[in-house]
Amino acid sequence: MRILIIEDDTATATYIQKGLIEAGHTVDTAARGDDGLALAMGEHYQALIVDRMLLGLDGLSLVSTLREQNNNTPTLILSALGEVDDRVEGLRMGGDDYLTKPFSFSELLARLEALVRRTTTETKATVLQVGELTMDLLGREVKREGQVIDLQPREFRLLEYLMRHSNQIVTRTMLLENVWDYNFDPQTNVIDVHISRLRSKIDKSFSYQLLNTIRGAGYILRESKA
Amino acid sequence: MVQDISYVNQKRRLFHSYTFRLALLYAIMFSTSTLIIFYFFYLFTASYMTEQMDNTIQAEIQGLAERYNQEGLNGLTELIAERVNRQQATGNSIYLLTTYRLEPLVGNLDRWPKNAQINDDWLEFKLEINEQTNETHLARAKIFRLPGSYGLLVGRDINQLTEAKRRIIQALTWGLAMMVLLAFLGGLVLSRRTVRKIERINQTAQSIMSGDLSKRVPLTNRNDDFDQVADNLNQMLDRIQALMEDIRRVSDNIAHDLKTPLARLRQHLEKARLQEPASSKSAQNLEQSIREADSLLVTFNALLRIARIEAGQLTAGFTQIDYCTLLEDIVEFYEPLMEDKYQTLETGLDTHILSWGDRDLLFQALANLIENAIKYTPEKGNISLTLTRHVDDVIITISDNGPGIPESEYENVFRRFYRLDQSRTTSGNGLGLSMVAAVISMHNGDIALNNNRPGLKIQITLPVTKPSPITKT
Repeated sequence: MRILIIEDDTATATYIQKGLIEAGHTVDTAARGDDGLALAMGEHYQALIVDRMLLGLDGLSLVSTLREQNNNTPTLILSALGEVDDRVEGLRMGGDDYLTKPFSFSELLARLEALVRRTTTETKATVLQVGELTMDLLGREVKREGQVIDLQPREFRLLEYLMRHSNQIVTRTMLLENVWDYNFDPQTNVIDVHISRLRSKIDKSFSYQLLNTIRGAGYILRESKA
Repeated sequence: MVQDISYVNQKRRLFHSYTFRLALLYAIMFSTSTLIIFYFFYLFTASYMTEQMDNTIQAEIQGLAERYNQEGLNGLTELIAERVNRQQATGNSIYLLTTYRLEPLVGNLDRWPKNAQINDDWLEFKLEINEQTNETHLARAKIFRLPGSYGLLVGRDINQLTEAKRRIIQALTWGLAMMVLLAFLGGLVLSRRTVRKIERINQTAQSIMSGDLSKRVPLTNRNDDFDQVADNLNQMLDRIQALMEDIRRVSDNIAHDLKTPLARLRQHLEKARLQEPASSKSAQNLEQSIREADSLLVTFNALLRIARIEAGQLTAGFTQIDYCTLLEDIVEFYEPLMEDKYQTLETGLDTHILSWGDRDLLFQALANLIENAIKYTPEKGNISLTLTRHVDDVIITISDNGPGIPESEYENVFRRFYRLDQSRTTSGNGLGLSMVAAVISMHNGDIALNNNRPGLKIQITLPVTKPSPITKT
């Protein structure tokens, strides 16, 4: 993927750049808002990472200018202002996702990949499949190795999200925002409890584990046994 | 948010309002003074008219007395007959000369009056005017005994006088009624103008209290007392706004200037961690350091967030919410935690209540409370969650039968970083309830802690509101 980072803090920019290059992406950077806008309009990128506070042109104006030009490149907004209204404002101005500093690189990467996939893949599939785990979205039925697995509605949505983002790390906050649709900080490990319940249903009596925990990052649903 | 005033409230306000009371005071003052003026006016007019009447009768008596002195009884009789003839039936004068047995000799009365009253030397009696209709007039007369026991009565029909007095009273009564009405209306108009000025100040204060600090009291340029009050208030508001913006700027700066280096620190730690083999000792140390940095950042974020909520600048996140759905989502989210502790949950969430609020923040606040309940209630304990509507309020209760909080600590637990001695060993940063209090007060609600005997009962009261017209500036 070709990604543009518009960030005034060089340390953060380098950090993201290095990580993305290691993950196999091509990265351009801009330190000022106006320079970044010129690059984003002139070149073709698969994704943009834009800091809110920038010299020249602030991040939100940059995004809304792009959207006015019908440029719909998936954009992740970065900010040190983690307040709820700022987030709402960021999304309203045309950002696709919003990430508050400090963030772990795995969170950024997970969100970026989810973002690009969301805008490129068709979501109209009626059956999702990961290995021999299948989900029939119309019949609301989940099967593994031919065996029907009975799920609660929320477990179904949780699994659906994991399956749509299979082979990709999904973080706890991504689950909160997308499965539960609330943006808040639980003080307890309640997400882990939900995951372990789901795991006991889809993995427990089968040959290998599909739903894996990635320490310090989140979860991944993958078909390989590795 | 604050602006909804119910109908009942408005009605109550009418009678207690300054407008009404001032108008009433005007009306009472004006009518009392008018009543006094009218009373004296009537008193003097009526006595003057009576005096005039009495003078006329005295003049007649004077004329009769002169004739009697010159020409004796015959002359008097002649004069009376002459006067009676002259004035015919239309006149108001009354004459009657009688024998000593009061049998009429000459005059325009057919008999000596009965049922007469003596009042200040004056004889007052009823005069029959028309026997068929029983019409009577009041008459006023003086009586004399002439030598030879002849009786003489000289007087006047005072019907015109009483009629005039009656008319005057009638006119004054109408005048008084109009006066009361006008005074009341005038009072209403005057005090309404005053009250409207106060109301403007009040409205501004209300929208400021609900978070819109940019509002100012409009000035009329008349430079009167109200303008001075408004001007002082506006200056005060300018100052408050400047201070609030300072706070906002400071916290934004802290967020940006302090969190960026913290983020970098975390990045370095993460980078270093990735360079070490996962099982090495230094990798474990680095992971520990990352966790410490994270918890520092969580505390830091929570603190900033509470400060921003308390500054009342977050109404932009307000949307329509259904409290029932919100609580169901919370229950659904936390049920596995309770099941793991074998706790039972009772819910009473039958009513759908639509209101206006920040769903993420309300969810955060209620989640903090539920998490506390789960954390502090022992295994197999009971937790209950209810939602009810009371007139224009939503009431949410969260109760448990855990160890509760000592009543003396109820006030303290909402303070930042305050932790009860017995909970120092458990995880948490002492900001959970501060966050709850900030969110509730941002929604103009109230939170009360009660003893559930045993356990804690938390009652949250929030007003049901409609979208507020206030926009973020």
